[in-house]
Amino acid sequence: MSPPLVDAHAHFFHAACGRADWQQLNAARFRAGDRMGITVHIASMLGTFGFTSPTYFPSPSDVTLGNDEMLALQSREPDRVRCYVTVNPNDTIHALEEIDRCVARGAIGLKLAASRRADDPLLDPVVEAAAMHKLPILHHIWQHRRRDWPAQEASDAVELGRLAVRHPGVSFILAHIGGGGDWAHTFPAVDELPNVFLELSGSGVDRGMLDDAYHAVGATRLIWGSDITMETGLAKLRALPIVGLTEEEISAVTWRNAERIFPSNSLFLSPAPFADAVSGSRS
Amino acid sequence: MTAYHESSAPRSALTDVNTFIGPYPFRHVPHPDPDILAKVLARDGVERAWVGHLPSAFYRDPSPGNVELFAATKAHAATLSPVPTVRPDWPKWETALADAVALGVPAVRAYPPQWGMGPHDSAMQSLAISCGEAGVTLLLTVRFEDLRQRHHLDSAGDLTGAAIRAIARASKQAHILVTSAGRATIEEVHWGLTPDERSRLWWDISWIWGPPDDDLAHLIRTIGANRLVYGSGWPLRLSQTPRANLDLLPEDVADSVLANAEAIAPRR
Repeated sequence: MSPPLVDAHAHFFHAACGRADWQQLNAARFRAGDRMGITVHIASMLGTFGFTSPTYFPSPSDVTLGNDEMLALQSREPDRVRCYVTVNPNDTIHALEEIDRCVARGAIGLKLAASRRADDPLLDPVVEAAAMHKLPILHHIWQHRRRDWPAQEASDAVELGRLAVRHPGVSFILAHIGGGGDWAHTFPAVDELPNVFLELSGSGVDRGMLDDAYHAVGATRLIWGSDITMETGLAKLRALPIVGLTEEEISAVTWRNAERIFPSNSLFLSPAPFADAVSGSRS
Repeated sequence: MTAYHESSAPRSALTDVNTFIGPYPFRHVPHPDPDILAKVLARDGVERAWVGHLPSAFYRDPSPGNVELFAATKAHAATLSPVPTVRPDWPKWETALADAVALGVPAVRAYPPQWGMGPHDSAMQSLAISCGEAGVTLLLTVRFEDLRQRHHLDSAGDLTGAAIRAIARASKQAHILVTSAGRATIEEVHWGLTPDERSRLWWDISWIWGPPDDDLAHLIRTIGANRLVYGSGWPLRLSQTPRANLDLLPEDVADSVLANAEAIAPRR
């Protein structure tokens, strides 16, 4: 039997995303995931992905719609899908209500994208809510953001680091070190922050990136994910032993670290009780 | 076993057409050396590589880089085929091309954005014509790095579809290989050429996305696997990526066989 493989950064789509091929995209993720051996896709739906409000500035109704669709998918696929609750911190009350509502229905993590800079005090109540529910936070990061980019208020590692220092009891997953920008700037910005985990996804497959990430924070603070380019995720998996990680360290990156920071029994330690709990909460 | 734990066997004798040796000016790249490249090819089950000299893309005069490239790859002649750079607005470039051809190279490289050449530069069109007449493939590079991470001095920009179309239309003989292009560029060029023009144009798969968008599968279904070639972008990018992409193809195109690099080189 193959060891588990947790994809800590996945996305699925729904009918209101404005893409006629949304079902095909979801099927392709499952197809590739099966081929790669992904045990659990921990995923989010970012509102309507820009169709009726911007992907990174989703309206409250789109946030709710995306979360509902994500929870429904988790209910249909309890053995292989887990749900991040996505919020827009600019609508603070809605964000807090959404966290409570979605956690009650089985969300196991919080997704923060690029609606507000990570070090903005507006994020504090949202992070406190995540802490109360023991949720890790997957935060969209632009590696070394040197200017504003269109249609998002992206944060970089320095800004996420400031938030992580204010909330040392919360685990922050720094998203997609290969997802754009200069990753070399990211690692020294967070290497001394034990509650920041580097997530490996992104289309970037620069040689040296995995090596430097590993040397900066060690295998206990790396988490594997694929985001929207699964082939680059597979390439990185295959590169881990070449970078020098031991089998034990690879298992930390591919599932043990995720198991450690997500709520107890939410991944695969007790899949049957989790599935029962999800179906029970919806009845 | 899953693909994660077991890479597929190569579908045919593979040549990686998109590799370099030498350092990159804008960031540290680990050991970009011919000895390491030869080991990487053996590890990955890739038979040969077409090898460029990375610093030459940023030299004003690439000639010294070509000398270094031939010297550095000499000990690995069985696996590494040097692909020198020819700059067609530099004095005596015709001699540089003739010298390269005499040494039996499969292709020559050119970098119009790095040389400040626009999409309809006549020098590039002259180079395409000369490559066609000499029976050597002209290899172009769309990008070295993701646009979002470039050094502020790296202002050349990507090679555009318009530039590729102009070069492809310049000669009725030239075989052109474009590396590190994504689906959008490939489609605007392929469908913007006549069937005859596009029959002499190939693309490496190093920058074509896989699932869930499945751009590689889409291009295999539309423009055909025979227009696509295996390439990685090493040492800038992980050599494992193109194989991973092929391993994740959907069932209907899973057995597709890409064009063989040697087969696309024009006969001399």
